[in-house]
Amino acid sequence: MSRTPLDTVEHAAATPDVELPWAELGLKKDEYERVVEILGRRPTGAELAMYSVMWSEHCSYKSSKVHLRQFGEKAPQSDALLVGIGENAGVVDVGQGYAVTFKVESHNHPSYVEPYQGAATGVGGIVRDIIAMGARPVAVVDPLRFGAADHPDTKRVLPGVVAGIGGYGNCLGLPNIGGEVVFDACYQGNPLVNAGAIGVMRHEDIHLAKASGAGNKVILYGARTGGDGIGGASILASETFDDAKPSKRPAVQVGDPFQEKLLIECTLEAFAEKLVVGIQDLGAAGLSCATSELASNGSGGMRVTLDDVPLRDSTLSPEEILMSESQERMCAVVEPDKVERFLEICDKWDVIATVIGEVTDGDRLEIFWHGGKIVDVDPRTVAHDGPVYERPYARPDWQDALQADDAGKLPRPATSEELKDQVLKLVASPNQASKKWITSQYDHFVQGNTVLAQPEDSGMIRVDEESGLGVAIATDGNGRYAKLDPYTGAQLALAEAYRNVATTGAKPLAVSDCLNFGSPEDPAVMWQFAEAVRGLADGCLQLGTPVTGGNVSLYNQTGEAAIHPTPVVAVLGVIDDVARRTPVAFQEEGQLIYLLGDTREEFGGSAWSQVVHDHLGGLPPRVDLERERLLAEILISASRDGMIDSAHDLSDGGLVQAVVESALLGGKGARLIVPDGLDAFTFLFSESAGRAIVAVPRSEEVRFNDMCGARGLPATRIGVVDGDTVEIQGEFTLTLDELREAHESTIPSLLA
Amino acid sequence: MTARIGVVTFPGSLDDRDTQRAIRIAGAEPVALWHKDKDLKQVDAVVLCGGFSYGDYLRAGAIARFSPVMEPLIDQAKAGLPVLGICNGFQILTEAHLLPGAMLGNDHLHFICRDQKLRVENAETAWTTDYSAGQEIHIPLKNMDGRYVADDYTLDQLEAEGRVAFRYVARDGVADEHYNPNGSLRDIAGITNEAGNVVGLMPHPEHAVESLIGTGRTDGLPFFTSILKKLVTA
Repeated sequence: MSRTPLDTVEHAAATPDVELPWAELGLKKDEYERVVEILGRRPTGAELAMYSVMWSEHCSYKSSKVHLRQFGEKAPQSDALLVGIGENAGVVDVGQGYAVTFKVESHNHPSYVEPYQGAATGVGGIVRDIIAMGARPVAVVDPLRFGAADHPDTKRVLPGVVAGIGGYGNCLGLPNIGGEVVFDACYQGNPLVNAGAIGVMRHEDIHLAKASGAGNKVILYGARTGGDGIGGASILASETFDDAKPSKRPAVQVGDPFQEKLLIECTLEAFAEKLVVGIQDLGAAGLSCATSELASNGSGGMRVTLDDVPLRDSTLSPEEILMSESQERMCAVVEPDKVERFLEICDKWDVIATVIGEVTDGDRLEIFWHGGKIVDVDPRTVAHDGPVYERPYARPDWQDALQADDAGKLPRPATSEELKDQVLKLVASPNQASKKWITSQYDHFVQGNTVLAQPEDSGMIRVDEESGLGVAIATDGNGRYAKLDPYTGAQLALAEAYRNVATTGAKPLAVSDCLNFGSPEDPAVMWQFAEAVRGLADGCLQLGTPVTGGNVSLYNQTGEAAIHPTPVVAVLGVIDDVARRTPVAFQEEGQLIYLLGDTREEFGGSAWSQVVHDHLGGLPPRVDLERERLLAEILISASRDGMIDSAHDLSDGGLVQAVVESALLGGKGARLIVPDGLDAFTFLFSESAGRAIVAVPRSEEVRFNDMCGARGLPATRIGVVDGDTVEIQGEFTLTLDELREAHESTIPSLLA
Repeated sequence: MTARIGVVTFPGSLDDRDTQRAIRIAGAEPVALWHKDKDLKQVDAVVLCGGFSYGDYLRAGAIARFSPVMEPLIDQAKAGLPVLGICNGFQILTEAHLLPGAMLGNDHLHFICRDQKLRVENAETAWTTDYSAGQEIHIPLKNMDGRYVADDYTLDQLEAEGRVAFRYVARDGVADEHYNPNGSLRDIAGITNEAGNVVGLMPHPEHAVESLIGTGRTDGLPFFTSILKKLVTA
């Protein structure tokens, strides 16, 4: 795109008829016309580069914005929220002067193209969001979804993604404490690689992405800028893959976790010395995003000299420098008398840091190259006033037929022997099998504060060594439920993550989400999206857990086939003393197993219907968020008062899956009795929501029962922790060895 | 007066804070050392902690070995200063030729993180006197390049001189062909130098010092109490 003479603002004004490649850069005709209207002239090449990346779906949320507003409009009253939607990540008050920031983002498309680097830079990006808030990152989580477990391409994508997450996160020194791994043919050409991170800071350390104070310096620090990821944001995230187009491999960024580790340490040291006025990480849309967002969120304008940007490739044009998505870069706004100290700290950590500009008292973002002004824009028009689409949406015509195809009518096991076989088949199925082969490639222990990590219901990190204050996080999503009913599916994801936090003993506080959907240009997909957002916003309002931020990933689609609508929900919780946490594993023989909640005949979207019948139809389980809240309160109280020694939420796979996991993790079996009013099949496989199992020491049984009775939560004694088998009385017995073999051998045999 | 134990931070070190915490829990005083330091601040012992110094670029530990702090450290280690190298620290010690052998990539080519069972083979080094020989312990392991190798002569010599300090062993009652997590020759998890003051091992004792955290075991604490006793009674 380099032109001679330099395409300056003056040049653009003087040459209104020059044709620019706006379509190649992903802009629609009307969008380009809007840019011309805003500027009152044609844009320069550099301005066009900035608008095109910042107005891409990925950066501008142009298709989703009108729906996402509900998260603000329906936000519950919460004293915990310190920073809400719109910043790099939300910040939540967890008490004792501590604040926690957390967020989940997607890196779906890059991870399909180049699994290792796509996933690695996904971790890198979310971690920089956390640092940019002023926090030390303390943990990561990774909800992942792949095509069918036995599909040959899964063997290409999954090991690369897992190695990329491990290779990057392990090298940063961040324990990986949670996440999910789900297989479904619908993700064949569109794996979902979502990455979440948590950071901890003191309240007074919160930093924001804004450039204020005329004369303050803008410092770019971290890696040099290269040609990687150019156009990544606008091209990779906004189109579906099309075999006819040339390879987009070079558009995927390459990560350097070592550089990022240095960036973390040097940024935190600068924060500690109060050297930073405003800060922004460079992710999608690189410098275009960082400069326009910093300038538009602050009080003044900004002047940047692009010649001062340290380059890895000296042939880059100014447009490319503005669009580059080279990783491991940050932009800080620093008062002039603190610049020297800031640069000293960067030097200590061998991090390259350069003053590239300053905050002005105007309201324009001006960028210079070789002495000429190549950008002169109102930064708000770039960062915040992108197009907003009211995309048409309509309930798909197949939805009724799908819901009418009731999973409850599927043939059920006729004999005890068949029931037993189906249990073994379920716990060995790829989605229900142990993911140890994957999670053992992630460091769980680094930083020495990990209280719980996967396969626990939620990951838990100690925040304060003295008081034992801790935070928990769980991420959940179920595309099968959401396909059957996106509104309910989104609420089920919320309910499950909420429940998972509570089963470990932590109080759910706030939500982040990663909304993975197909093409917004398909009214059916847009309806799924609208319904899911509405469901999630309503659910968060009812549970009192505000959405603090998140990410939307659209165009997860191969040809006409979209993925299942897959809202992934992360819930953050707090626990006063991590010593009171409740693990999944059965702890002691003789303890009584209680089932909390109501079990109904609910099999729509269930693991059983998938594993045994390869079926998806009917309605997902009903949601009762008041019941979820009551269940959570009981689980938290019981944990705090020492009434339960283990707890496990019931979700996909139902009760039998949960019991088997608790038994295998604890190395202790269980003897169960089918309660009155239920048949063995429904008891074992139903996926009714709002349920958990707990193990109660005999000495606590009366107290526990009294509490559940007084609060109106159904609690049914269903058995006892005992022996080295899982026995369903009158039905079948499976040894722990048989179950372990079934549960743990599937993933290694498919992938190792 | 308690013992002062230095913990070196290289660019890319990860477990420096954790190691300082473990030293504190054992009752000693941790002292932060920076890789550009040209002296050791008169500490009584040094721990080279885990991580990815210099991103493990070139070869794990190969660049860190040339950091300024290593000069006095190598000299003093040869003169008897107790030094413990954990994971990346062990790799640095072999690169610095304070311990023999080298580390290659795990034989299965994946990073591995798990609770690992070990047998204490030498309970007489500066860092292992609070164990007993033959004792079996569980210590978290997490590495990419943990496969200990050396030529047969060196291995025979290590065995003959009792310098294999820790060996990977199978869990009780579990027939596990993968009990050796990385393909280390002769199941070697850790070794010592001839004098017993320099010890390197791949698993992470600093992650096993608190009953609530990590695996919930405290089998790693004796590393730090051993050295404290030695230094305080010396």
